[in-house]
Parts: sequence; C-alpha cells; structure tokens
Amino acid sequence: MYWEIEALLFVFLIITALISLYIKDLLAAVVTLSAFSFISALIYTVMGAIDVGFTEAVVGAGVTGIFFVVLIFQTSRRSGD
Amino acid sequence: MRKHKYNPIILMVSRVVSPFIMIFGLYVIFHGHYSPGGGFQGGTLLAAALLLIRLAAGFDIAQIQFKRILGTPLGSIGVLIYFGTGFLAMISGGEFLNYGFLPFAGFTEAGLRALGILMVEIGVGLAVMAILVAIYDDLLEGYPHD
Repeated sequence: MYWEIEALLFVFLIITALISLYIKDLLAAVVTLSAFSFISALIYTVMGAIDVGFTEAVVGAGVTGIFFVVLIFQTSRRSGD
Repeated sequence: MRKHKYNPIILMVSRVVSPFIMIFGLYVIFHGHYSPGGGFQGGTLLAAALLLIRLAAGFDIAQIQFKRILGTPLGSIGVLIYFGTGFLAMISGGEFLNYGFLPFAGFTEAGLRALGILMVEIGVGLAVMAILVAIYDDLLEGYPHD
C-alpha cells in the first residue's frame, strides 16, 4: 500500500539487525534488538496486521527487553575459573 | 542497579507512568471484542507496568505492590477462569467454549457471546500478567536483592 514507507522501514530493519548482531556491548545489543522489534511492529502495522503489530510492540519491544537487561546484569565480564 | 539503591528521578517517573500503562492495559482487555488487542496484549501491558516498578524501585519495595508468592496462584486462577468458561458452556449442552450456551439468564444470544469472550479475555490477561511477573522474579533468584 505505502511501499515507500515499507522500503524505508525494511532498510532500517536490516541496519538494526546487523548492528545488534555485530556489536560488542551486550546492553547496546539489547537496545538495538528492541529497536528491531519496534520497526518490525511498524512494518506489520503498515501491512495492515494491526493485531500482530500490537503484540510485537508490547512483547518484543517491552517485556523481552526488560528480561534481557535483567539477565545481562546477572552475568560478569570475566569468567570465574 | 548494583551500586545505587535507587535513582529518585527514575523512581518518580516510573511511579507516574505505571498507572497509565495499567489503565491502557485494562482498556485493551475490555475492548478486546471489537478493536485490536485482547487478553494477551492487555495482560502483557499490565505486566509491563508491574515490571517497571520492579526495575525502578528494586525487588523489596515492589513486594508491596505485587507479592512474589502471588505469581503462580494468580496464573492458575486465570487458566481456571478460561477453562471454567469453556466447561460451563459444555455442561449446559453446547460444545467447549461455545459461548451461546452459557447458563446466564437475561441475555440475548449476542450478549451471551460478548460476555463469554470478555470472561475468556479476563482469564487470559490475568494468567499472562501473573506468569510474566513470575518469570521476572525467577530470573532474579540467587541474585542479591537491592
């Protein structure tokens, strides 16, 4: 329908995916993964699947980010042994 | 998160924002029949509001709002509401989750179906909220609470 917006969103989607794959800092990887989820939610919304986009925005960009941040704070930078 | 007990600015912003997220979650649950959203999305929004307070104020203060032992029982109650609605329709002569057969007097057929959908959505929302908060609490297990 709005193919220009879709193309722009796909470009941003690939950029955020590559950043979250190749970045060293785990916290920054979580933030870019949340951005990836949010952009994919926008893509679902543009394509007309409002319900799926809503679920993706709430779960992917909200709760999953919190869980990942909590797990990262339990890890340590050096191994113990 | 480790050194500081809590940040007063973050705590204040979370305390202001969290009730609005809860209201929006309830709106999504109760308008699940005829608008996007439903039990799962609304329950996740309620859980996000609870998790925001847990993240900002720390585990111990957040116990005042939602106790840790409440997680599993509330999740079980939500699942029981879902299956109770289904079995209530089954006992009254219909199929499982056939809302038209719910034994409530004074409703039309369409009203019964809307009521049944609402009951199922409330059950799903309660279960999702409680289980997501329980997952967060279990992730923090073994970690010194601050």
